[in-house]
Amino acid sequence: MAYAGGVPKPGFRPSMLIYDTRYRSLTIQLIVLVLFAFGVSWLINNVIVNLAAKDRTFDYGFLWNRAGYDINQTLIPYTNDSTHGRALFVGLVNTLVVAALGCFLATVLGVIIGVLRLSQNWLIGRLMTVYVEVFRNIPLLLWILLSFVILTETTPSPRDFRVTDEMIAAGQAPAARMFLNDSVAITNRGMNVPAPLFRRSLGMAGIGEFQISLNFLAIFAVIGASAIVNRRMVRRARAIQEETGVRPVTWWKSLLLLFVPVIALLLALGFHLEYPRMTRFNFSGGIEVLHSFTALLVALVLYTAAFIAEIVRAGIMAIPRGQTEAAFALGLRPGRTMNLIILPQALRVIIPPLISQYLNLTKNTSLAIAVSYMDLRGTLGGVTLNQTGKELESMLLMMLIYLTISLMISSVMNIYNAAVGLKER
Amino acid sequence: MAESNHAFVRTAILPPQAPPLTEKGAIRWLRENLFSGWFNTILTLAALWAIYSLVSASLPWWLNGVWNAGSLGECRAIVAERAGPDATGACWAMVRDRWHQFMFGFYPQDQYWRPTIAFGLLFAAITPVLFSGQKRLRTFMLIGVVAFLVATLWLATVPMLPAGLTIILMLAVLALAQVRPAALMWFTVIYPALAFFLLWGGSFWVPAAAMAGLPVLLLAYRLLLPWTGVGIAAGAGIGLALLWWAVLDAPVAAGLARLAPIGLEPVASDRFGGFLLALTIGVTAISFSLPMGILLALGRQSDMLLIKTLSVGFIEFIRGVPLITLLFTASLLLQYFLPPNTNFDLILRVIILVTFFAAAYIAEVIRGGLAALPRGQYEAANALGLDYWSAQRLIIMPQALKIAIPGIVSTFIGLFKDTTLVAFVGLLDPLKGITQIVRADIAWKGIYWEPYIFVGAIFFVICFGMSRYSMYLEQKLKRDHR
Amino acid sequence: MKKSLFFGTLAAASALAGFASADTLADIKARGELLCGTNTGLTGFAAPDANGVYQGFDVAVCKAIAAAVLGDATKVRYVPTTGETRFTALASGEVDLLVRNSTWTFTRDTDLKFDFVAVNYYDGQGFMVKKDLGVSSAKELDGATVCIQTGTTTELNLADFFKANNISYTPVNVADDSEAQRQYVAGACDAYTTDASGLAATRATLPDAENHIILPEIISKEPLGPVVRHGDNNWGDIVRWTFYALVAAEELGITSANVNEIGTSTVNPEIRRILGTEGDMGAMMGLDAEWAKRAIAANGNYGEIFAANIGESTPIGLARGLNAQWTQGGLMYAPPFR
Repeated sequence: MAYAGGVPKPGFRPSMLIYDTRYRSLTIQLIVLVLFAFGVSWLINNVIVNLAAKDRTFDYGFLWNRAGYDINQTLIPYTNDSTHGRALFVGLVNTLVVAALGCFLATVLGVIIGVLRLSQNWLIGRLMTVYVEVFRNIPLLLWILLSFVILTETTPSPRDFRVTDEMIAAGQAPAARMFLNDSVAITNRGMNVPAPLFRRSLGMAGIGEFQISLNFLAIFAVIGASAIVNRRMVRRARAIQEETGVRPVTWWKSLLLLFVPVIALLLALGFHLEYPRMTRFNFSGGIEVLHSFTALLVALVLYTAAFIAEIVRAGIMAIPRGQTEAAFALGLRPGRTMNLIILPQALRVIIPPLISQYLNLTKNTSLAIAVSYMDLRGTLGGVTLNQTGKELESMLLMMLIYLTISLMISSVMNIYNAAVGLKER
Repeated sequence: MAESNHAFVRTAILPPQAPPLTEKGAIRWLRENLFSGWFNTILTLAALWAIYSLVSASLPWWLNGVWNAGSLGECRAIVAERAGPDATGACWAMVRDRWHQFMFGFYPQDQYWRPTIAFGLLFAAITPVLFSGQKRLRTFMLIGVVAFLVATLWLATVPMLPAGLTIILMLAVLALAQVRPAALMWFTVIYPALAFFLLWGGSFWVPAAAMAGLPVLLLAYRLLLPWTGVGIAAGAGIGLALLWWAVLDAPVAAGLARLAPIGLEPVASDRFGGFLLALTIGVTAISFSLPMGILLALGRQSDMLLIKTLSVGFIEFIRGVPLITLLFTASLLLQYFLPPNTNFDLILRVIILVTFFAAAYIAEVIRGGLAALPRGQYEAANALGLDYWSAQRLIIMPQALKIAIPGIVSTFIGLFKDTTLVAFVGLLDPLKGITQIVRADIAWKGIYWEPYIFVGAIFFVICFGMSRYSMYLEQKLKRDHR
Repeated sequence: MKKSLFFGTLAAASALAGFASADTLADIKARGELLCGTNTGLTGFAAPDANGVYQGFDVAVCKAIAAAVLGDATKVRYVPTTGETRFTALASGEVDLLVRNSTWTFTRDTDLKFDFVAVNYYDGQGFMVKKDLGVSSAKELDGATVCIQTGTTTELNLADFFKANNISYTPVNVADDSEAQRQYVAGACDAYTTDASGLAATRATLPDAENHIILPEIISKEPLGPVVRHGDNNWGDIVRWTFYALVAAEELGITSANVNEIGTSTVNPEIRRILGTEGDMGAMMGLDAEWAKRAIAANGNYGEIFAANIGESTPIGLARGLNAQWTQGGLMYAPPFR
C-alpha cells in the first residue's frame, strides 16, 4: 500500500514509439500505412495522368457494343451480333469447361498412375516413372503444341470420309470411316459426336441475355430429386438394419428410383440423337469437339496427372505399414482396410497439394493462347482487347475474373480440407 | 541290431538340387515381376504393345534423320533418295544450322564466350549455397566449373585478357574454397554484377558502382547499430544505399568510365533469346525473389495486422492469376502505372513481374519451412534475449531455409519451364519464339517436330538434373532430422 | 515490402528510362537508334535471318528512315511485336514507329490515337483453297472451315463477308502465319484467309503450289502502312515523306545504283530537290539536305525494295498489282516534292 503511490506514472515520451515494444508495432504499421497509401495514390495518379495524356477514358462501355467476330466453340448462344460482354461469357464458360474437365480427368489419371507406380510389376513401375519424369520436366507449352500437332497431323481430313458415285461404282471404300456404328467421326478438325435433341422441347427461359435450356434444367431436377429420394430410402434401410439386424433388399428399388423417372422424362420430351453427316466440306449436325479444345485438355490432363501421381504416391507411402497390419489384426478385409483405414488418412496428406494442382491447372488453361482455343483470354484478353484497344480495362477485368475463380476453388477446397482434416485437441 | 537293419544310410548330405526352371534366374524374375497374376500379365502385355507401337511408328523417322542439308526440301529429297519415296525422316540439319539461335538468340556470334563464361561462373556462385556443408562436393563442383571454362576458352575464340582474368578469378575462388569456405559467399554476392557486366557489356563501372551501394548499406548499418536498433540501422542503411543509387551512382560510374575506360562491347537486351533468355529471366527472378519471398513470408506470419493483410493480399493476388496475365501486364499495362513517358526494356519489365510471381511462391515455400520449425526454437531464441531480427537471422531463418531448399528448387524448375511463356509478349523464348523465327525462314518453313524435340530434350535434361538434386537434398535433410 | 519494390522499380525506371517526349526526332537522335516495331516473323515482310539480321519489305522502310534520320541504315533496333502488343508498344513509346502489316482503319486512326502516315502495301483479304476442293468462288464456301489469324481485322471482315452473303462457316483461329499454313496444308481447314500478299507468300512456299488456288474475291481493303503516334506531326511528316521519297524515286528513275551521281548530273528539278542538290527540303523537317539520298541509297527505291523482298523473282513472287506506280496503273502515287 505504501509503495503504491511511489510507482512512477507511466508518462508518454515520443521515443517510446520506437523503443517500447507496445507502441513500436503501431509506429511501424502507421509508417507502412502511409507508404502504402502513398504508393497506391501514386499508381492511381499515374493511371489518371497517363489516360489523360493518351486522351483515353476508363470505362467498360465497350462490353455492350457489338463484338463483330465469330467464336468457334460456343456453349451459350452467341453470334457475331452479340456484345463483347457476351463474348466474355462465352470465353469464361470455355475456360471453366476445360478447367473442370481437366481437374476431373487429371485426378482420375493421376490416381491410376500414382498407384501403378507402386505396382509390383517391374515394367509398369518403370514406365510410370518415365511418364512422370518426362511430363514433369518439360514445359507444359510444349505438350500443348505437341498434342495439337499430333491430333491434327495423324487424323484423316473430312474429305477422306466422302463416298462418291465413282467410288461406289469401282467398289472402293473411303479412306476413312466413322466409328461406333457411323455415329462418331474423328477428322483433323475435331471430333463429331451425336447431339442430344428433344422433339417436344420445353424451350428456353431466362432474363435478357442469360437464357438456360429448360430441358436440361428439368433433367437435372429429376435426377436430383431421385437421388435425394434414393438416399432417404438407403438411410432408412440402414436404420432398420441397425435396429433389427436384417437389411431390407434395396438394390432394385434404387435402380427403379434412379433410372425410371429420367427415362420417362426423356421419352416425354422426345429425346433422340442427331448424328453427324458429311456435307459439302465438313461434317454437320451433332456436336463438334474442336481439336484445339481436345489438345489443350489432353496436354493439361497429362501434365497435371504427372504431378498428381507423385502426390498420390507420396500420400499412400506416408501411411505407416503398421496401420495396415493393425487393420488386418482387427480382422478387416483388404478392401475395407483401404476404404476405412488407408484412404482417409492418405487423403489428408493428398488434399492440400491437390488443391494447388487444381489451381495450377485452372490458371494454366490460359495457355489456350498457344492453340487459339477461345477461352477467356482468347475472347476478352485477345480479340476484344485487340478490336477495341481497351487494354487496361480488359486486362484488369480478366485478372479479376481469374482471381475470383482461383479464390473460389481454394476456398471450396479449404472447406473440404477442414472437414477431413485431423481433429486436434 | 538297430544299426544293421537298414539297408543303406546316406552318410553325406545331398547336394542342393537346382531350383525348378520357373524359380530361377530370368524366368523367376519375369514371373515375379511381370506375370504374377492375370492382372499383371494384362498390364505387362499392354505396356509391351504400347512400347512396340510407339517404337515401330517412330523408329524409321529417327533412323532416317538427316544432319547435312541446307533446307527442309533438301532434307526430304535426301530421305526420299535413301529410304524410298514414302519414308519419313527427321531433319536435324535445321538444328545444325540454327542451334546457336536456340541457345543464344541473336546475341552477337563473336561474343558467345561471354554468356558461356557467365553460365559457368553461375555454378561457382551457387556452389556455397547448394553444398554448404560438403567440402568434397564443393571442390568437385568448382573444379568442374574450371574445366568447363577452360574448355570454353579453348574452343571459342576468346580475347586473351578476359580469358586470363577468368582463369585467375576461378583459381582464386578455388583456393578460397580450400582456405576459407565461408568467404565464398562473397563471390555469390558479387556474381550478379559480374554476370550483368558479362551479358550486357558496356562500361565495367556501371555494375561496379551499383554494387558499391551494398558496402554503403553495410557500413551505415554497422556504424549505426551500436546506437540505434536493428530496424533504424537497417532503414538508414537502405535509405543511404537508395540515395547512392539515385544520386551518386550514375555520375560516379560515368566519371570512372572517363578515367579508366574498361568495358565490353554493349549488347542490347533485345538480342537475347533462346535458352540464354530463359536462364537470364529464370535465374534473375529466382535470386531476387528470395529476399522478397523471405520478407513476404515473415510478413504473413507477423502479428501486425496491416503488414499481415498486405502480405497475404499480395501473395494471394499473384498466386491467383495466371502468369500469362502478369506477362501481359508487363507488356501492356505497366505503361499506365508508371509516370508518363517512362519506358524501359521489355525484358526488364518481364523480369520484374516474373520476380513478383516467383516471390509469392517462394514466400509460401518459406512459410512451410517456418511452420515446420518446432515452436521451441522461437521460444529458445526469445529466452536468450535475442530481438526479432537477430532471432530470425541466427536461429529461425538458417533452419527454415534449409528445410525449404527442395521447395525452392522445385519453384525454380517450375519458373524455368514457365519462362517459355514470354513468347506471348514477343520475346524470343527457345520453344515458341525461336521456333517461329526459324520457321519464318523459307528454307525451314514447315518443320514442326524437330525443334520441339530438340528444345524439349534440353529442358528435360536441365529440369531433370535439378529435380534429382532436390531429391538428393531431401534425402540428406531427412537424415539430418532423424 | 511492396514499397521497397515500387521504389526499386522507380529507381530502375529512372536509371533506364528513355523518356519519349513529344519530340520523337530529338529522342531518336539522342538515342542514336530508331526503334522500329515489326512482326516476329512474316516471310518476306519482316523476319530475322540466320545471323539475326532482320530482312524484308517492312524492314526496308525502317532502314530507309534510319538512314534518313541518323545517316546509317543499320542503326535500327527491331522490336518484335505480336498482334496484341503492337499498338500498346507504339502508344507507350516503346517503338518510334510500327511497320507491321497494320491495316489503316478509322478507329485505329482516331480512337486509338495513331497516325497512319502512308500506305506501303495495298492489300486485300482473300481466300486460298485446294484445287481439288472444286471451289471457284468464295461464295461457294457455305459450311466450310476457314483458318484465320486472330487479333487482326481479317476476323471482322470474314464475319461481315459471310453475313452479307448469307452463308455460314466455322472459324479456326490460329495464332500466326506458320501455324495457319500448317493447319491448312494438313487439311484442318478448307480455306485459309488472310491478306492476299500473305496468301501468295504461303502458296509460293508450298511444295505443291500448283494444287492450290487463290479465289478471285478480295473481300476487304487492307491498306498496310507505317504507323506513328498521334501528336508529333513532324515525326509523322518525316516517316511519310521518307516513304514517298522512295516511291518518287522509282517514278523518277532514281535507283540505288545511280543515286550518288544523278543528283548532279540530271537537270530534272524534282530529282535535284529530292536529292538535296537544289533547295533545302530536309531542313523543313529538321533533317539535313541529303536525307532522301541516304534513304534511297539504303535499299534502293520502292520498286527495288519490292523486287528484292517480295517481287516476282523471289520465292514469294508477288506481282506489283495495285502497288505498281500510278503511271503503270497502280496506286503508288507520291505527292509532288515541291
